[in-house]
Amino acid sequence: MSLELVCPAGNLPALKAAVDNGADCVYFGFRNNTNARAFSGLNFDAETAKQGISYATERGRKVLLALNTFPQTAEWHTWRQAIDDAAELGVSALILADVSLMRYASRTYPNLRLHLSVQGSATNYEAINFYHEHFGIQRAVLPRVLSLAQVENVVKNTPVEIELFGFGGLCVMVEGRCILSSYATGESPNTAGVCSPAKAVRWQQTSAGLESRLNGILLDRYNSDENAGYPTLCKGRFEVEDETYYALEEPTSLNTLELIPEMLRMGISAIKIEGRQRSPVYVEQVTRVWRAAIDAAKKDAAHYVATPDWMAQLGKVSEGQQHTLGAYYRPWK
Amino acid sequence: MKISLGPILYYWTKNSVQDFYDQVADWPVDIVYLGEVVCSRRHEMRLDDWLNVASKLAVAGKEVVLSTQALLESESDLKTLRRLAGNGIFGIEANDMGAVHLAKGQRFVVGPHINTYNGDTLEILAEQGAKRWVMPMELSCQVLSELMVKKPSGMETEVFAYGRLPLAFSSRCFTARRYNLPKDDCHFMCLQHPCGMTLKTRENQSFLALNGTQTQSASIYNLIGEVSDMQQIGVDIVRISPQPEHTGEVVAAFSKAIAHVASASEVKVTLAPYLFDAPCDGYWHGRSGIEQSMETSL
Repeated sequence: MSLELVCPAGNLPALKAAVDNGADCVYFGFRNNTNARAFSGLNFDAETAKQGISYATERGRKVLLALNTFPQTAEWHTWRQAIDDAAELGVSALILADVSLMRYASRTYPNLRLHLSVQGSATNYEAINFYHEHFGIQRAVLPRVLSLAQVENVVKNTPVEIELFGFGGLCVMVEGRCILSSYATGESPNTAGVCSPAKAVRWQQTSAGLESRLNGILLDRYNSDENAGYPTLCKGRFEVEDETYYALEEPTSLNTLELIPEMLRMGISAIKIEGRQRSPVYVEQVTRVWRAAIDAAKKDAAHYVATPDWMAQLGKVSEGQQHTLGAYYRPWK
Repeated sequence: MKISLGPILYYWTKNSVQDFYDQVADWPVDIVYLGEVVCSRRHEMRLDDWLNVASKLAVAGKEVVLSTQALLESESDLKTLRRLAGNGIFGIEANDMGAVHLAKGQRFVVGPHINTYNGDTLEILAEQGAKRWVMPMELSCQVLSELMVKKPSGMETEVFAYGRLPLAFSSRCFTARRYNLPKDDCHFMCLQHPCGMTLKTRENQSFLALNGTQTQSASIYNLIGEVSDMQQIGVDIVRISPQPEHTGEVVAAFSKAIAHVASASEVKVTLAPYLFDAPCDGYWHGRSGIEQSMETSL
């Protein structure tokens, strides 16, 4: 089946919302630092994972487990245990970033499907084919840095299915190769499964405005008429040569709804919606719009348009209420 | 313990690069990494120019390694990579799994941008032909010690020990963005910033440095005070990242520290005037990278 819709599940209600609103696959993580959304109050324990997998598979949907952080030597067994647990639970595939986990999973559970996580930083077909040859990776999620022409070149030169990010928070850096968060806080997606962790965030009202700090470092300062977003490190306002601006990226979301026909034409296998940390309501709204859009494009790609109604619904749940095509659109770079 | 000179991470003119490596020939460095790791648009030095520098340094007794780009996006990036991997004389430093794939059958160096976070991963890379690995910057002395126990035999360990830390890569060029220029018509503004552009918070704290598509720390990672610890846990090589001025003095200070001809506090004093921004050493001590431990701050 081409162009599967892959939706985020930070908890059981979100998983059900994704399934009920037309997701082909849902992805989730365990309740520890084995995945890149290791936030408190989020994710699944053994019991909720079991319930979630049953709910989805009984309705003919797939369930993917994200195990996409990089285990360090002393804690490696925790990730191995997570692979064993996932195999026992009967997930449809594992989403992995670390090669040692790929080797363990491919040797121990040769029939278990493996996906290369975006945290694996594979932006070219030579890297993807390496993972395919050695560990039998069947799908790769591409970092949000390639233009559409570059994506198409990857698709043409690999037997591995390609999954693209379609909507949600926008990483401006190559995933898996960004340690800005640990530089500021000691914890990064690679090591701790978090970026700009909430425990390091402080909000303070001052005479100069509302300030957001990450481990004491001033990320932004808002006037009373400005919306303050979550203080992700790369989306703050900084000074470079005496100019103050969003030096790395604005607080904006990725939205590629208008590119669906192009993705179908190129042979993209799946579209991923970001946001395991978001609410079940977000998952419900975004899944419903993307389901309708993908179905419309599959039915009649030539006359497909991303309707103003869909765009408005997605706009309501976008970070900073703005969205961009990101790197898929060359001038963004 | 050996000293290596990392690849120049900035965009310097061809003359500056060649003058720099003319001096390197006389410095007490054992290994020199050459080439462009950050941006494919930087072409002051062509492959033949790099190979000429490489040959001269090899004649001067240096081990030369050709570093490869960390973010490979286009077919032309892969073409460059294939030429480097197939040069037939010098080994390569792989900074992407695509390079590991193409280095098949060769002895290569695992660069700092490949995520080697545990002993099993290092073992897999050794099976592919890796003879040396550079520890990812965010790992600590403690994590390294645990990994060293599982290190495959014969594998050399290198630690990035001096310079602004390369923290992130993007397909977006932040230097071009600063000047409201598109990346494809960037006017090569990086040439005007030989150690990157410092990014400050709105209360004037130096925080990051913009180096084209790469984001670095503004602070200079400096492990000169940790050389003895590194020797003890079996680190084979310390890497110094080139800066536009006084790199020779930095190398000399590390050389003294390694030979124990001066104490840790003496070499820190010697080195202090050549740091062009504040020092940091947090990562090594298992804390946030930006921190500087009290006992080694000057």
